[in-house]
Amino acid sequence: MPDFDVVIVGSGPGGATTADVLTAAGKSVCVLEKGRNHLLALEPPFESLGRLSNDEIKFNRRHFLGPDPLLEPRTYRRAVADGDRIFTGDVNNMPSTVGGAGYHADGKLPRYREIDFRLAGELGPVDGAEVADWPVDYDEIEPYYAEAERAIGVAGDHTGNPFAAWRSGRYPMPPGADMFLTTLTGPAAETLGYHPYRAPTGANSVPYDGRPACNNCGFCAFYGCPIEAKGDPVALLRRALRTGNCEIRPESIALEILVDSTGKQSRGVRYLDADGTQHEVTSNAAVVACGAFETPRLLLRSGIGNSSDLVGRYLMFHLQTIVLGYFPFRLHAYKGRDVTHLMDDPIVGDAASAAAAKTAGVPYLRGGIVEHGGSGHPIGEALYTPPGQQHSARMAASDRRDRMVGFTMQGEDLPQATNRVDLDPAVRDVWGLPAGRITYTSHEHDVACAHHWGPRLEEVLRQAGAHTTSWLTSPGTPGTRVPGLQPISRHWMGTARMGDDPRRSVCDPWQRLWDVDNVVVTDSSVFPTSTGYGPTLTLVALAVRAARALAGIEPLTSDRANAI
Amino acid sequence: MALHFLTEHEYEVVARCADRLLPPHAAFVGGAAAGVAGYVDLTLGGFEFDPPRIWAGGPFSGRFGGAATFDQFIPLSRVEELAWRTRIEGSRGIAEREWNGPVRGWQEIYREGIAMLADNFLDLAGEEQEAALDALPELKQLLFEHACEACYGSPEYGGNLDLNGWRAIGYAGDVQPRGWRDEEVTSA
Repeated sequence: MPDFDVVIVGSGPGGATTADVLTAAGKSVCVLEKGRNHLLALEPPFESLGRLSNDEIKFNRRHFLGPDPLLEPRTYRRAVADGDRIFTGDVNNMPSTVGGAGYHADGKLPRYREIDFRLAGELGPVDGAEVADWPVDYDEIEPYYAEAERAIGVAGDHTGNPFAAWRSGRYPMPPGADMFLTTLTGPAAETLGYHPYRAPTGANSVPYDGRPACNNCGFCAFYGCPIEAKGDPVALLRRALRTGNCEIRPESIALEILVDSTGKQSRGVRYLDADGTQHEVTSNAAVVACGAFETPRLLLRSGIGNSSDLVGRYLMFHLQTIVLGYFPFRLHAYKGRDVTHLMDDPIVGDAASAAAAKTAGVPYLRGGIVEHGGSGHPIGEALYTPPGQQHSARMAASDRRDRMVGFTMQGEDLPQATNRVDLDPAVRDVWGLPAGRITYTSHEHDVACAHHWGPRLEEVLRQAGAHTTSWLTSPGTPGTRVPGLQPISRHWMGTARMGDDPRRSVCDPWQRLWDVDNVVVTDSSVFPTSTGYGPTLTLVALAVRAARALAGIEPLTSDRANAI
Repeated sequence: MALHFLTEHEYEVVARCADRLLPPHAAFVGGAAAGVAGYVDLTLGGFEFDPPRIWAGGPFSGRFGGAATFDQFIPLSRVEELAWRTRIEGSRGIAEREWNGPVRGWQEIYREGIAMLADNFLDLAGEEQEAALDALPELKQLLFEHACEACYGSPEYGGNLDLNGWRAIGYAGDVQPRGWRDEEVTSA
């Protein structure tokens, strides 16, 4: 008799969703989380621990939510020609804590569009990339999107985005307050023919699900919400705990997925506890939801799932084009939800982007959502302001924080087998495990897209009143300024892709490993393509679908005929 | 004043350097008066306290309502203490701290760096102090980072005295649980 029906590794949005669905179905679940628990008491009534706060030092300078890059270094190189690595430390780190990467974001939760699931079929192949259709389409996933929006609590305006896919219902909540800067950038974008809309956001605009409305404190991206108004996994995890079927074990480092003598069945997980003592937890099935960096690292360490040699490959993390506009007056972007408007125009494309694609020698250009946002908090501004005579005057003027608008385009990056996560040959984490290593170079499509849209988005900021504009990319691309050597996007995808063919994918269409029947991956590792949208809502929707299948529950049915 | 790691001389040097890096200005008292040296001393001596002064508590500071809890620092786990002791004290040849090799600690960087400055550093003109600091880039970079944190971070960490850092830039700081009203967000 195993200890639990299912052991889930990772308590972020994917793992928390899986736990929620499975426990509601009566399954007993153990969630192993390598990070600490700062989120909620693990005993009834599962109240907030009260440790989350508006504190730039704690969250942005001292790794409160983990991972501490000293304890868990990652390494980075652009290509094999760089040698073993060119950087060691924080590479795209996302929180490693109970609630996982659900904390990091300002909670923008857009759906994908129909075409995103069949890019290869619709638009054809691209040289140097392995674009693949998803084994699930929008119509099938739509009811899971609706369920994900209800479970997390998403505020949005279903009439706002003219390019949006069909919906079976409204958002659970209306949008929250528009940030002042969007009253400038929104009309400017419309004047130039673009289509900004109120961002679907996982922050309560009204009291929802027993949690209060967001009060616009401005500490959103990279912070935990002190009043539980953000749609991080607190609601999902608390619901799972309340069933009495869920046990969360923080500070538990999964060492390997255990398989039986056939190698086809998992029997549990071996892990280290906070004191460094090894344990095994046995189960009928295992769910891997560690995020698209740690999931392949765990699978590679366990030596499972890799008969296709694709575990860790097709790593994607959005080529970010960051467009900055400096204004002659203050914009107080520190008030509000960090980003309150998006636009899809670079994803949809137009005649000019099609012409740019032709010039660049690629079949199409697909950019990403453009986030209309401000800048961060003052320590960050101070660190980017050179020390010396002008420092204090420049801080008082605050050109780089209080008078700046930042557009971020989350550009679709195309899947390449050479972009990957593997195990570093020498660098170790504090537990003695090989560090994960990233090898990543942007495809020429992604670069061309950034170079096309950067200047066009500068025009929007000038139209909005910016006196000076600039743009850059992360990772750096030829001819752009580089904010740092390693990429800064936190959108990880693709490292255990799902598909219909076991030779060309790691997971089947229900996110099970082809090689091990009872191991399911419920994070963005399974994405065959990156699209130009943030991945969280889609990974949650897919996790609902995969968890229901694992629990033997009927699939949700799609009803396009009754779209609103 | 009771110091936790720095000597009185080191404290004065850090304060003077802070005024060169983040100088006084019409609206700003400067790094020294804003409390940079106190912040650095509390950071380097953070393990003199239990819990150590690494992560302030939450959810509220009391500045905008709610009970003040930032001063109730959060205990560290075993590996978190290992990380922060290694980062602050250095690995010092202790095998447990050298899983990826030796780590030079902040305490060493300050102590050795300040020792390399001239004995009469405090008596030098401002430009001479700047030149001396420029010659020690490791110390200068770390001190700059800590000065930025001290001046523009929460005062519970020992800096931002009398909220002079935030006041100078017209920044409210932590605003929970009051937050901002919708009209404050949307209006100019």
